[in-house]
Amino acid sequence: MKPKPTGAKSAQPFKSMRDIEQVIGLEVHVQLKTESKIFCACPTRFGAEPNQNTCPICLGLPGSLPVLNALALDLAIKTGLALNCEISARIKFDRKNYFYPDLPKAYQISQYDMPVARNGHLTVEVSETGQALREKKIRITRAHLEEDAGKLLHEGIKDASWVDYNRAGVPLLEIVSEPDLRSSQEAFHYLAGLKSILQYLDVSNCNMEEGSIRCDANVSVRPKGDSKLGTKVEIKNMNSFRGVQRALDYEFKRQTGMLERGERIEQETRLWNEAKGETQGMRSKEYAHDYRYFPEPDLVPFSVSQKKISELKASLPELPRARIRRFLTDYGLSEYDAYVLVSDKSLGDYFEACVKEKANPKLASNWIQSELLGELNSRGLALSESKVPAQNLAGLIRLIENGTVSGKIAKEILPLMFETGSAAEMIVKEKGLIQMSDSKLLEELADRVIKAHPKPAHDVKTGKREALGFLVGQMMKETKGKANPKLINEILVRKLSS
Amino acid sequence: MPQKINIDQVAELARLNLKSGERAKLAADLERILTYVDQLQGINTDHVTPTSHTLALENVFRPDAVVPSKIRDAVLQHAPKSEGAYFKVPKVIGDVS
Ligand SMILES: [Zn+2]
Repeated sequence: MKPKPTGAKSAQPFKSMRDIEQVIGLEVHVQLKTESKIFCACPTRFGAEPNQNTCPICLGLPGSLPVLNALALDLAIKTGLALNCEISARIKFDRKNYFYPDLPKAYQISQYDMPVARNGHLTVEVSETGQALREKKIRITRAHLEEDAGKLLHEGIKDASWVDYNRAGVPLLEIVSEPDLRSSQEAFHYLAGLKSILQYLDVSNCNMEEGSIRCDANVSVRPKGDSKLGTKVEIKNMNSFRGVQRALDYEFKRQTGMLERGERIEQETRLWNEAKGETQGMRSKEYAHDYRYFPEPDLVPFSVSQKKISELKASLPELPRARIRRFLTDYGLSEYDAYVLVSDKSLGDYFEACVKEKANPKLASNWIQSELLGELNSRGLALSESKVPAQNLAGLIRLIENGTVSGKIAKEILPLMFETGSAAEMIVKEKGLIQMSDSKLLEELADRVIKAHPKPAHDVKTGKREALGFLVGQMMKETKGKANPKLINEILVRKLSS
Repeated sequence: MPQKINIDQVAELARLNLKSGERAKLAADLERILTYVDQLQGINTDHVTPTSHTLALENVFRPDAVVPSKIRDAVLQHAPKSEGAYFKVPKVIGDVS
């Protein structure tokens, strides 16, 4: 949306697709978490009746005067600081002029040359299952405040469009990256990393469905090793991070295909069509990028003091990268596990609550990532809706650790905890699931099992250890899985050796 | 004199339908304005801080507090066209070619 260097005009010769790299810059619009709009007192709440959250200011009626929401600026500065940006000492707002019915004033109040923040970076953690994290620094060009536009409805409406201005004037922070991303996967991780930071800062609801994070991409291709940028194509209308990834993949194929055929790539804006899985050119390109910015006369300029910046800096919470490092040193987790738990703040909080309740950190990490998330997924629940609070999962993990139940039985207990909301101890007592660790009982049972299965018993005796598994299985069957597997192993080995 | 103004593009951006007489007159006016701006551009402003506002005021905020306006129905009544709780405008879909 801002002036950017335009790319080379003509297609360059190249050998094969492998010699071509994709160059991606992202523009992310984040809805800031305020109660009221950026320049008026209308609510920002999602889901209100159409046009209920409007007033003379956000409808652009003559004589109305916008006044900046103090919290919106604070949240923007906090985000800028978390993205390692320089915060501008002087900021002002500008009018970005274009005609579209979602914009009641025929201009959007935005920031042109004096944004809140600039020259930052975000360190992206690229994760692949089971592997160490790969870090990459993505430069942030700028972050600026602006107002959102209204919403147009077309579908099923004949000869007209309907407009709902509830969203007009909702505070947005546009975060623009340098073209430092080199693949759709890096773009995905950049977005995930940014979302995670925003969640930790608590500056946005980060809800894609409600449109509180939106993303446009600037994409080009060029021969690897070239420093010159190829012709830039802007992609809009991507509704999820996966959608962004798919659109970038599609665009990479389209653009390299054009180069292969010796065609020239046009500088244009294309819309991602999720259903068709393709990007499509826009018809109305003649108006593109001539926004005739000028200073917004209705808003005075703002100065941000060093004191204000220091105060906001001091108020920043622990951010994901620092938390990952702490999880490695404090809990001895693997990089991948720490990354998964930390990426989603609520998951990280849940994990730490378990550890605080004396659950073994590694067991807790495994149980959260496999069993807990599995149960939540299969029930279609968010973590916040879970009927198993952290102290209950910690309780279950403690029962495994102290040998009261086996891991196998614990996996049967967890769904019951989901269904009843009861603590693990309660369910274990009610259902009589306590692990059998009574060695006298188990010794007798072992004798019976050995007698009933002389062939495998003989095999174990003569050194064929594989048969041991069968005997252990028989004992588990007899005890309905309640026997302590470690103990029965020991007993069987002792009885069948010599 | 080389043309600084593409009057057709300016009119297009402003959504104005200009008659041919108006076109020539407005183009000349705008050319004169730009020539004047060129004159200003020639002045040395190295030691002048850029000014975007002339009021000696800065940092005017409002607190983040909601005040419902309750004006919707009145505004909808004054709108050229509306449908239920929506404003109605000429069909604008068709962005994709
Ligand atoms: Zn309003």
